[in-house]
Amino acid sequence: MELQQQQQQHIKLSEESLQKQTTTLNLGPTHPATHGVFQNIMEIDGERVLETVPTIGYIHRAFEKIAERRPFYQITTLTDRLNYCSSPINNMGWHMTVEKLLNINIPKRIQYLRVLIMELARIADHLVCNSVIAVDTGALTPFTYVFQAREHIYEIFEEICGSRLTTNIGRVGGFERNFSEASFTKLNKFLIDFPKTMTEFENLLNRNKIFVDRCIGAGPISAERALNYGITGPNLRATGVDYDVRVAQPYSSYEDFDFKIPVGTTGDVYDRFMVRNGEIWESLSIIRQALEKIQKIEKEFPEQKNIFYAQEADHFHLPPKEDVYTKMEALIYHFKIIMGEIDAPKGEVYHAVEGGNGELGFYLISDGGRTPYRLHFRRPCFIYYQAYPEMVEGGLLSDAVVTLSSLNVIAGELDA
Amino acid sequence: MTNEIIKQKLTEKFGEQLTGWEEQFGLLTFSAAAELNLKVIQFLYDDETLRFRFLTDLTGVHYPDRKGEEICVVYHLHNLIDNIRLRFKVYVPSEKPDVYTLTQRFSGANWMERETYDFFGVNFIGHPNLIRILNVDEMDYFPMRKEYEMEDPTRRDKDNEMFGR
Repeated sequence: MELQQQQQQHIKLSEESLQKQTTTLNLGPTHPATHGVFQNIMEIDGERVLETVPTIGYIHRAFEKIAERRPFYQITTLTDRLNYCSSPINNMGWHMTVEKLLNINIPKRIQYLRVLIMELARIADHLVCNSVIAVDTGALTPFTYVFQAREHIYEIFEEICGSRLTTNIGRVGGFERNFSEASFTKLNKFLIDFPKTMTEFENLLNRNKIFVDRCIGAGPISAERALNYGITGPNLRATGVDYDVRVAQPYSSYEDFDFKIPVGTTGDVYDRFMVRNGEIWESLSIIRQALEKIQKIEKEFPEQKNIFYAQEADHFHLPPKEDVYTKMEALIYHFKIIMGEIDAPKGEVYHAVEGGNGELGFYLISDGGRTPYRLHFRRPCFIYYQAYPEMVEGGLLSDAVVTLSSLNVIAGELDA
Repeated sequence: MTNEIIKQKLTEKFGEQLTGWEEQFGLLTFSAAAELNLKVIQFLYDDETLRFRFLTDLTGVHYPDRKGEEICVVYHLHNLIDNIRLRFKVYVPSEKPDVYTLTQRFSGANWMERETYDFFGVNFIGHPNLIRILNVDEMDYFPMRKEYEMEDPTRRDKDNEMFGR
């Protein structure tokens, strides 16, 4: 008896913890079902979630502080590591922010090439999210199918810029080099192959009884609450609000394209899944339209084919290496940019793009130096993840896991 | 809905209390005293023509040279119906950075205010859970303030004139 008391004292549990009937569960930070480094301390009663407290910041890397000492062209690599599932969108968003500050007009062909890249990235992002919902409901097969398609997208990126995941694609004013013939060949092959894979993926899941039963009604949120929380992107559209930055505030000539915004009604896991699927088809159609427009421009103005950055961006666009060795002007610009002798104009600019997860905003304050005075990333993940407790409380623990994967929370974007 | 109408409406209601009108890159910007922030945002929310009911972004900026108003809290609001944005700023001294919280109006302000507290030390009065969010709990300073330099301050081989700011 005495020994038992001693042991109990040794454990040092609080008074109420001995009496309480519920269980405290640590979901994360390295749990395989969380797909990233974040923790949820859950209070569960049997299988019901009573309360959940998210803890974030495990991979905080102080990007906003680092950006205050970096010239503009070096910040692109920081944006890569926000939402690393669709880094080209982040890269382009950053370039467009700087171009807005510098007042640079980009030729149409480059704008369309950017649209093409961004939509490919969106497909890759949504594929990861949707196939992972299937994995969390117990179906591994669709995941393996679509990851091959994602691999093809990454091969296209590799052909264009040399890297796959953290792409660092493009420069302020355009691209670092022109697109090779091989990249268009790969893209055309992707456009033929991918619809088959996608149809197969949809056939496996969209009307699958087990999947549908698991997803409908899990983690719902109303449109009103979603707007109050500041949710954007596919997660907002799943609630029925048709807000899309590409349509509301078109950038990079999105106004030239004809596409639909898929919306849901209840904002549950199934709606989010269906909205993302719908967006993948729309992205495909945008890519096709972009290719057509590019070919039309190249036919009408053959000299445009060799231009891959805006001439007026000379002072900020790092020239291609072979030009640095052979051309006087390129060498001068290269030297001036690298040595930080070119100052940006003063100004404050907010620019938003439709990222994989929602409105990705860049709030840039320049005081006329070579680096930003302050740079703030409006990260969609960070803002909508705080609605997670409201979505899962009162539901089942297994629903909480699917809700987390359907929200597509990316740790890199969450923590910046 | 244009920036002129918004400006006119706000001036009718608040008069001289709103200052610093700007329109950089087409985005209407203005500032007010810190104790007015809730009133202004509530007015923008409630007014039947303005309808700024979406909080896009909330963040802080540190201006060490502006004596008495070193910390700036920036709100980006969005009217989704008419599709127009605006930027609203309040300035507070770094010794007493008190701003009223927006969490009653926008649930999404919760973490954004925690982040602003975490990096700039802005004290949001009435916030339900104002603790650090991205940095470790033990941290005893606010790292995004300008007095904390990126480089090791003991190094003499890298001066600010040549390397960055």
